[in-house]
Amino acid sequence: MSDTVMDKGFFAPKGGSKIMEWLFTTDHKRIGMLYLWAILIFFSVGVCLGLALRLELFAPGPTIMTQQAFNAIFTLHGVVMIFLVVIPSIPAAFGNIFLPLQLGAEDVAFPRLNMFSFWLYIVGGGIALTSLFTAGGAPDTGWTFYVPFSSISTTNVSVAVLGVFVLGFSSILTGLNFIVTIHRMRAEGMTWLRMPLFPWALYATAWIQVLATPILSITVLLIAIERLLGMGIFDPARGGDPLLYQHLFWIYSHPAVYIMILPAMGVISDIIPVFCRKPIFGYKTIIGSSLAIAFAGSLVWAHHMFVSGMSDTAVMVFSFLTFIVAVPSAVKVFNWLSTMYKGSIRPEPPLIFALGFIFLFAMGGITGLVLGSAGTDMHVHDTYFVVGHFHFVIFGGTGMGLFASMHYWFPKIYGRMYNKRIATWSAIIIIAGINGLYFPMYLLGLAGMPRRYYDYLPQYTDLHQLSTYGSWITAMGLVLMFWNLWHGRKHGRVVGKNPWGAATLEWTLPSPPPTHNFDEDPIVTHGPYHYDGLIPEEDAVNESEGDK
Amino acid sequence: MSEHPKDYLGAKMGMWLFLFTEILLFGGLFVLYAVTLQRYPAEFHEASKMLDTTMGTINTIVLITSSLFAALAVTALQKADIKKAKIFLILTIILAGVFLVNKYFEWGAKIGHGIYPGSPDIADWAPGKQAFFALYYTMTGLHGIHIVIGMAVLGWIYWLIEKEKCTPDYFIVLENGGLYWHLVDLIWIYLFPLYYLIA
Ligand SMILES: [Cu+2]
Repeated sequence: MSDTVMDKGFFAPKGGSKIMEWLFTTDHKRIGMLYLWAILIFFSVGVCLGLALRLELFAPGPTIMTQQAFNAIFTLHGVVMIFLVVIPSIPAAFGNIFLPLQLGAEDVAFPRLNMFSFWLYIVGGGIALTSLFTAGGAPDTGWTFYVPFSSISTTNVSVAVLGVFVLGFSSILTGLNFIVTIHRMRAEGMTWLRMPLFPWALYATAWIQVLATPILSITVLLIAIERLLGMGIFDPARGGDPLLYQHLFWIYSHPAVYIMILPAMGVISDIIPVFCRKPIFGYKTIIGSSLAIAFAGSLVWAHHMFVSGMSDTAVMVFSFLTFIVAVPSAVKVFNWLSTMYKGSIRPEPPLIFALGFIFLFAMGGITGLVLGSAGTDMHVHDTYFVVGHFHFVIFGGTGMGLFASMHYWFPKIYGRMYNKRIATWSAIIIIAGINGLYFPMYLLGLAGMPRRYYDYLPQYTDLHQLSTYGSWITAMGLVLMFWNLWHGRKHGRVVGKNPWGAATLEWTLPSPPPTHNFDEDPIVTHGPYHYDGLIPEEDAVNESEGDK
Repeated sequence: MSEHPKDYLGAKMGMWLFLFTEILLFGGLFVLYAVTLQRYPAEFHEASKMLDTTMGTINTIVLITSSLFAALAVTALQKADIKKAKIFLILTIILAGVFLVNKYFEWGAKIGHGIYPGSPDIADWAPGKQAFFALYYTMTGLHGIHIVIGMAVLGWIYWLIEKEKCTPDYFIVLENGGLYWHLVDLIWIYLFPLYYLIA
């Protein structure tokens, strides 16, 4: 079981204070691990807040909390999950660890800037959480901070938006770092069209981070200025316009959903061919669709504002453009399915999570069209339909993408394998739980249940209870999954360099990878999905263990 | 760990990307300005007349000159004239300070006359005029903060030159600092006509 001579790779202590050498590390792998742990801690906070909301909604009327607490908790759930978990999730954690490895580089382009980004992330998160305990209490505006309420709410909105500002800065610097890394640090022979799809997805994401996030920064800064100095920029009585706030907010926040989902799509594009032993179908179309999403996704923001007051022409244009963005997303789904067609499919846990991604993302994506179409949106706007759609895409999409990456790269990071049977079961439980949790929300929304309400009419009770049961199933799946990974870190079976038989560069390194990455600079001679001569080491294990 | 091979092009690319983000940061405000101007052209015309064009012009000249000095500092360092580079850097920082002092008096005079957002003296003004000054203070204020950051950055670079960490062989830090300063200057060159000259 425990193998004392196992090489610890980049985990090995360098001598000196262990805390200091981790906190002030410039090693991209260590920074990635720090992000991963921080993100998972914030994720569990966000999950607990979400469970509390579901519990409150178990029955009409007050159940476990006051109205004000409910408003604060759904705001916090949104802020924590969006800005501290989902946006950094895959790029900041797995992007940091594996982007340089997949490119054959020794680190990112600016290692110290990378450390600085991590520190901004921690400071920003700290500031955002401080707003909970300081004057006025936790913000109650919802994560969108809409004016005029956010400029008059007596809760501590100012501190919270300041935290968001700092987090945005962190995200911008990570994006900037990745763009330069991809341009400048690729190994010899790693041409653009030999790059795995994960770096390609990170590349598209990084551009959105760099180009869209400054708009969020200035927007939340304006809220802070509004509250602290009373500028009146969004106050109609003084010549301002609250609608302009919504425009500026969504100019960032719609592209932000692509910051959330593109990296997950990249991971899925890398995982599926490995477990089908077939090159990805339509490599170039997947790249093209990533870039198309990044571009077209920047032109659709006002689909969040169909009922806010816009000209009919604007509504039609934005509705049309929204439909356009659906095309490249669908292209990817078809590419993944075509890759599996006639492949030699190995149902290992990462693939199960990836399939969960495809299914749940499709559920969320298709309902997105209902919202993108202006006519139907009038009916379901600001109802639970939107909540269901968003969570299918983000939890079912990015969340599953994150779990898939965790299971895919776990043996590379720790040099050990988790219990695969438990991992598969946890995936199935989570996928079932997510359906139970969010599918009733579609029905609630169609029946007219508004979002963000503390109380509801008795006819919605059954569906709300169904959703709450779903939240418990999801939580059980999460606990099982995390326990399994936690246990596998120390007690899992030791594995070799390339258990899955993948063809990208990180699998040519020992597990865990050494601090300096490659002993000698790799020279790349073929594409990332070239499986000739690679036999998954796990195949032999699966055979000898029978069905396990 | 600074023993990484110094990638000149990479460092420059990173700086340009950062400048893009700065332009977009101000871009949000320029959009607000454009929409509000389109809504209240007459009020903007009137409000703009209340700004002190002389002060604005002086500050524009000061900032353009400082930008020139920043560029001269880069050239001097490239030509290995470290002493000259340091002098030009100091001159740049001094002119930045002049800009801020000037701005202080300009803002001070306005605020002294009760012209600031939320002031009771302007509460009965036409909304468009109030919006003009709200945007004026926000945008020039944010620009002022950038001037302060720029001064700190240039001061830090001066220290780097002093410590021989920024040298004629490795001048990218100064070059990037100069680029940042040109951007701050450039933003002012847009702010100046939009506020002072539209009357
Ligand atoms: Cu959107």
